[in-house]
Amino acid sequence: MAEFTLPANSVVKTGKTWAAPAGATRVKNFRIYRYDPDSGENPRWDTYQIDLDQCGPMVLDALLKIKNEIDPSLTFRRSCREGICGSCSMNIGGTNTLACIKAIDAFDGDVQISPLPHMEVVKDLVPDLTHFYAQYASIKPWMQTQTPAPPDREHLQSPEDRKKLDGLYECILCASCSTSCPSYWWNSDRYLGPAVLLQAYRWVVDSRDEATGDRLDNLEDPFRLYRCHTIMNCTNTCPKGLNPAKAIAELKKKMIERR
Amino acid sequence: MKHTSNRPLSPHLQVYKPQITSVLSILHRITGVALAVGTLLVAYWLAAIAGGVETFAAANAILGSFLGKVVLFFWSWALFYHLANGVRHLLWDVGYGFDLPTVYLGGKITVGASFALTILLWLIA
Repeated sequence: MAEFTLPANSVVKTGKTWAAPAGATRVKNFRIYRYDPDSGENPRWDTYQIDLDQCGPMVLDALLKIKNEIDPSLTFRRSCREGICGSCSMNIGGTNTLACIKAIDAFDGDVQISPLPHMEVVKDLVPDLTHFYAQYASIKPWMQTQTPAPPDREHLQSPEDRKKLDGLYECILCASCSTSCPSYWWNSDRYLGPAVLLQAYRWVVDSRDEATGDRLDNLEDPFRLYRCHTIMNCTNTCPKGLNPAKAIAELKKKMIERR
Repeated sequence: MKHTSNRPLSPHLQVYKPQITSVLSILHRITGVALAVGTLLVAYWLAAIAGGVETFAAANAILGSFLGKVVLFFWSWALFYHLANGVRHLLWDVGYGFDLPTVYLGGKITVGASFALTILLWLIA
């Protein structure tokens, strides 16, 4: 049964406020989820007042400014700073996205930042993605073939067949969609979630892959695929503009077509 | 998922912004439950017919009272919302209407149609 409230150790308390420097003219409040595993205390909301005249345009710029200049204990993942690695996925202003490609001026008031929703928190904005990656591994995300490749070249694919992978191969596995999905919140122990199902579909439609039957067999389960109720939060939040809900619908169609 | 470690669970419903996608989805489920409960009312009304003139008159009096009409009004809205959103789900199930502009438009049409059909029903009833 789904638990709609947070467990006692997860309730977020009010933390401290880090005031803007004197003379700051364009101040924005960043309300950031903090959790220190060493303290044993509950998570808290800390507020950092940032002078936007002294800060880059993206939310990640603000986080880096806080870490470099105000509070080095703030912990988060980041790498490419251009929306291609998927490291800095987090909940910003109530929806999941990548901090590096989300502009600060997309928010009118305060900016609230918390880790990806309904995940175990390692520290601050860093969620434990172990289970998410294990689910990804479970769909065998690599090409499986029986037919050997021609001796002089790789398996080829027509331009039309290659086109079927557009909108799928771009997924960077940032987990924004999966952790926006209420179904995944309540059933992630058995439901694979939108990101992993989009990846599953990516291999199912690949004309070069020869394990389509096995792949669909693996999804023939009341939970793994069919906990998707077409809520559409996944497509609504994908920072890459992909459509996991559509991919899941296509998987469900394939299940029917092969009967 | 069952929470087992000592690590805190990150906020979910507490922070996630309600949006047309998730709100209409949970409304579909809530109206579905309401319809199941409302069907008991229909069963009660039918059973009252079998009970004879007096019980039928009593049932009509209860359902025809102001409170009864309010309940029936919302029940009819739940019916039309569930119906309209059900059509939307049928279209999704065959693979249509997944791009976001269509999702938003379909959602607005569903809500609009549910109110329009409810008002129409009460005008002609």
